[in-house]
Amino acid sequence: MMTLKEVPIGSTVTIKKVCATGPLKRRIVDMGLTKGTPVTVRRVAPLGDPLEVTVRSYELSLRKADAQNILVE
Amino acid sequence: MSKTLALVGNPNSGKTTLFNNLTGSKQYVGNWPGVTVERKGGKLKKHDGFEVMDLPGIYSLSPYSPEEVITRNYLLEENPDVIVNIVDGSNLERNLYLTMQLLEMGCKVVVALNMMDLVRANGDVLDTELLSKELGCPVVPITATSGEGVEQLVARAVQIAQTQCDRKDPNSFSEEVERVLQEIGEMVAPMPHIERRWQLVKVLERDGQLLEKLKLSQGVFDKLEVLITRFEQQADDDAASIIASGRYQKIDSMLRSCYKSANVDYANTVSEKIDRIVTNRVLGLPIFLGIMWAVYYICIQTLGDETIGWMEELFEGISEYAGALLEAAGASEVMSGLVLDGIIGGVGAVLGFVPQICLLFLFLSFLEDCGYMARVAFIMDRIFRQFGLSGKSFIPMLIGTGCSVPGIMAARTIENERDRKLTIMLTPFIPCNAKLPVFALFAAAFFPEQSWVGPSMYLWGIVMVVVSGILLKKPKAFAGEPANFVMELPAYHWPRAKDILIHTWERARGFIVKAGTIIFLASGLVWLLQSFDFSFEMVDAQDSMMAVIGHYLAPVFAPLGFDSWQTAFAAITGFLAKEVVVSTFGILAGVAEATEEDPTLITTIQSMFTPASAYAFMIFTLLASPCFAAIGAIRREMGSWHWTFFALLYQTGLAYCMALLIYQIGSRM
Repeated sequence: MMTLKEVPIGSTVTIKKVCATGPLKRRIVDMGLTKGTPVTVRRVAPLGDPLEVTVRSYELSLRKADAQNILVE
Repeated sequence: MSKTLALVGNPNSGKTTLFNNLTGSKQYVGNWPGVTVERKGGKLKKHDGFEVMDLPGIYSLSPYSPEEVITRNYLLEENPDVIVNIVDGSNLERNLYLTMQLLEMGCKVVVALNMMDLVRANGDVLDTELLSKELGCPVVPITATSGEGVEQLVARAVQIAQTQCDRKDPNSFSEEVERVLQEIGEMVAPMPHIERRWQLVKVLERDGQLLEKLKLSQGVFDKLEVLITRFEQQADDDAASIIASGRYQKIDSMLRSCYKSANVDYANTVSEKIDRIVTNRVLGLPIFLGIMWAVYYICIQTLGDETIGWMEELFEGISEYAGALLEAAGASEVMSGLVLDGIIGGVGAVLGFVPQICLLFLFLSFLEDCGYMARVAFIMDRIFRQFGLSGKSFIPMLIGTGCSVPGIMAARTIENERDRKLTIMLTPFIPCNAKLPVFALFAAAFFPEQSWVGPSMYLWGIVMVVVSGILLKKPKAFAGEPANFVMELPAYHWPRAKDILIHTWERARGFIVKAGTIIFLASGLVWLLQSFDFSFEMVDAQDSMMAVIGHYLAPVFAPLGFDSWQTAFAAITGFLAKEVVVSTFGILAGVAEATEEDPTLITTIQSMFTPASAYAFMIFTLLASPCFAAIGAIRREMGSWHWTFFALLYQTGLAYCMALLIYQIGSRM
């Protein structure tokens, strides 16, 4: 188990748990990052943050700090 | 009574295009009561007695962002006769998530399955009839950009609006969830006009808004809490997330039966190919800077500058014509002064900028509608986060280079309250179009050889945004909920010219109407103050009300180096409108048509300032409280006078301190 932040670019992983709380958690889940969903890490922004991932066949950007709260496998 | 058709959908689902198609030119824009989210409505084409209400673009009905709360309250309280839920057919899973929530609420929904041209081009196959059966509501495939299917959609929606709702929620959650919902149902009484199932789901989600309305006794509330907590412990997740997962599971199972993706390799899509270049680690920033430079070069330097010249000529012509007319009619000196200098001069000052601003908004609307602006936020987020803003703050500031008013309004897209307030406060530091003539005048008068002086104002503006961001990050009022940056990067598409033109016009109209009326009044006021004394006798400038007020103000500005009544008064007129500063000096110099290259004007300015005080004056103009129109925009967007005053005090205070610093250091060098 690792966090989404540590996933190397180009690999696809499955979400195990979203550890955030409050509005952030709700937002992450609403955008489709739910337990069991496959996620592909696409790239990192030119300045090293945020990340771009593909989830449910669309592109989503989120910060590394938020990605750290998402456990994947 | 007219019936209402409400348009609901995700951002980037083509909602605006469909709205433009449904209403044509019969649109009106306002605000939702109490908040600053835009409320757009219009009359439905070809169907009298139907209103179309464009609801904000949202991903979910969780009551967190103002847009979500508005949409939810609207649906609950105003009961639209039919909801047209626009769904991006090329991005079904996430788009249907909102559909599931609408159906849970018990709304009468027609799903408009948009972007069918893309779906077909991708080779995906979608059984819309089966999807309609699964959802339990009509599904009409459309392509909003070409208008295909829109007529059928309208016909269906009109028909549904006239019938009673007889549909039931298609979704069933897992056994555990259904059991808890049933248990909750035994404890909580139904509410009038509220879908029972939705009510139970909301109680399980611990929805604050609904629980407040339910007014449960402490005993029931505690029992519910025990029940929900036990449920959450068993599932090892919070209830709201379990419900969200449940909705997505239902969508997955529906799509398995009625949707067949051609499974195009993502790496081959056009969007991904573009992104590989424009958000490339090495090329991303240079490309971004290149695009910004190109926009600036075209809109401010070359083509945009030309248009200002044309407008000046136009208004000179009008002024001459009106002057001749007034003379022929035997109008008094006061009358022709008011009309020629006050009204025509004032309106000309504003309208002169209009073509340039339209041009700028045209480019920015294109960048926004095609999907590049989201990439800008993606690229810039790292930098902006360092001083307490997010990548989304960049867009308002970019628009602010044209005019702060639409820039401040563009801050609406920032969901986080704290980020939005900070962005509204700092956007006016970016030099707008109207400040440029002031800088050009002073640069020509004092720094003709130093070409860096003009552009240095942009640098100062940016530095002050950064410094203020860091300073204001700390105080409690701005602390709040830490902002997140979970943002969709929509697929690139080529926007329709019609939609871009409407978008540009919406922004430009804001500038023309709001700025126009205020600058018009302001120039009239300045003319009044400098032409009359307190007993309203027409006098020369040095005996006018303006001179008296300037004398009182002069000591305040003496430490900054502008200690004469003329300079002090000019500094103040900047609050009315920044370009009025130039015309104020013009009036003081006795030049009728003040342009920044006028030799008399330059000599006058040279006699009033030293290089140090001139630079201090430029800094003061750059940073001090923005013009009336922008103050009005700040008030509307902040939604409170308290915050507006804080913003103005901060801006003006900072301007005073910086100008003081620069004059005191500069005059000793």
